[in-house]
Amino acid sequence: MSPREIFALRDHLGAELTGRTLSDAHHVVSLTDILSQTVLGGRLRELSGRAVLLKLSDQLRSGLVMIELDGIVRRMLLCPPDINPAHLDALIADAGIDAVVTDEPDRWADTGIALVVTAQLPLKATAPARTERPTEWLMLTSGTSGVPKIVGHTLEALTGAIVAEGPAKGPAPVWATFYDIRRYGGLQIFLRAVLSGGSMVLSDPHEALAGHVARLNARAVSHISGTPSHWRKLLMSGSAAQFSPRYVRLSGEIADQAVLDGLKAAFPNSSVGHAYASTEAGVGFAVNDGLEGFPADYLGNRNGVEMKVVDGSLRIRSTRTAHAYIGSNAAALTDDDGFVDSGDIVELRGDRYYFVGRRGGIINIGGLKVHPEEIEAVINRHPDVRMSRAKSRRSPITGGIVVADVILADGTDPARAKEIRGQILDQCRAQLASHKVPAVIRFVEALDVTPAGKLARTDA
Amino acid sequence: MSVKSKVIEAIRQIAKEQHVTLPELSDDLSLHETGFDSLAFAILVARLEDETGVDPFTISEDAAFPATVGDFVRAYENVPA
Repeated sequence: MSPREIFALRDHLGAELTGRTLSDAHHVVSLTDILSQTVLGGRLRELSGRAVLLKLSDQLRSGLVMIELDGIVRRMLLCPPDINPAHLDALIADAGIDAVVTDEPDRWADTGIALVVTAQLPLKATAPARTERPTEWLMLTSGTSGVPKIVGHTLEALTGAIVAEGPAKGPAPVWATFYDIRRYGGLQIFLRAVLSGGSMVLSDPHEALAGHVARLNARAVSHISGTPSHWRKLLMSGSAAQFSPRYVRLSGEIADQAVLDGLKAAFPNSSVGHAYASTEAGVGFAVNDGLEGFPADYLGNRNGVEMKVVDGSLRIRSTRTAHAYIGSNAAALTDDDGFVDSGDIVELRGDRYYFVGRRGGIINIGGLKVHPEEIEAVINRHPDVRMSRAKSRRSPITGGIVVADVILADGTDPARAKEIRGQILDQCRAQLASHKVPAVIRFVEALDVTPAGKLARTDA
Repeated sequence: MSVKSKVIEAIRQIAKEQHVTLPELSDDLSLHETGFDSLAFAILVARLEDETGVDPFTISEDAAFPATVGDFVRAYENVPA
């Protein structure tokens, strides 16, 4: 391949589009002349051809480093903020890391990694670099137990869905996401912002939701994404009223009808869509008809994404999937035909498929398999419910029973709790098999959400 | 509220939810005749554990599951506070 055919991030960042920015709670960086500046203190040349670990304490510098490194280094491994330090050695060995970009150079002094480059603001002037090679992007899976898997992508695979959708209509979008951009869902939004000629507003883990929303407004955010759990939190916070994006996107968890309807009501002038994507399977599809699930005719080959359902789970083959798990004992990422098994279980009802849960998240109720997500979707349909989590509880009679923790919508009269509990149970009995109906419903103030923005399921 | 009336109230509540028509709950009524299935009993035991803080059937490994409503109530009454 000749270098001319390789597109790196820098090749999407011409100086002709002015007014573009990347910002967080503390800094605003202009993207317009970003190619003649460096966040690496001018040390990019030293990293050429290397396998680089990006271990930074903030997203802003991480994003700037990605722009600078892409097309220069051989591979870069993005570390999300919640990575367990005890896993770093294994990840460094598996990815063959020989350089690190960090904002804490002292911590890397005696680690055996010879090349440590410090990422720092403010940016310094530099001569624009030229794309040399396709860079392999390495991301980590967001599972909670054990060493995360390293997933290998190319920029072409990562941006396949963005290129296929074409530019957003209207003025250049200002993107934001509740995700961290060092995870697949957040990286998608960062790449959209870079490729679409727009700007991006980053999240900050130390910022309260009201402050975050004020910042989204101040920067005129028009397009924003998050998990259903992120969005439920926003709807519960009362901050949604001051915010009016053009496009609201959900991904990363099942978008049930309740959260879709809740967002449509909160943002009557917005398009609300949910996307199906995972670190391994890439972006599968987007659904923009306002309904949960997806039309059955999405199966087959559609815009270069082939999908089929085998043993209940969705399988995807496309140029947007990751190409491999990386490491010495890495499992195969696809089957022999190149399909990624997403582990997401779907069910055909009428002419639509519905997500019922994760294969790994099944709970056992008296010998019967139950997906907690399926129960939550029914509970969440109650107008006074904002969020719920179903799980199993040991029972001396049946081995296990379903119990549910429920967060009521803001301002619900506590005196109505008993009545609401009865209504939820009626709703569950009407729509679920009897062993899936929660035996006990507890009303709680909060439910844990993981750093990846997903409802924490400790008993899964 | 006595332990017995708590248990009886929970049985009535679950019967209502499960659309089970209960016969008169006398002490010697066999649990089988209540019309409750194992799921309904599992719900009953879980709710009573939440309310009373005890699950007499898990605490004691060898306790046979009671045969009558009276035995069931006594299982809760006999748990040391």
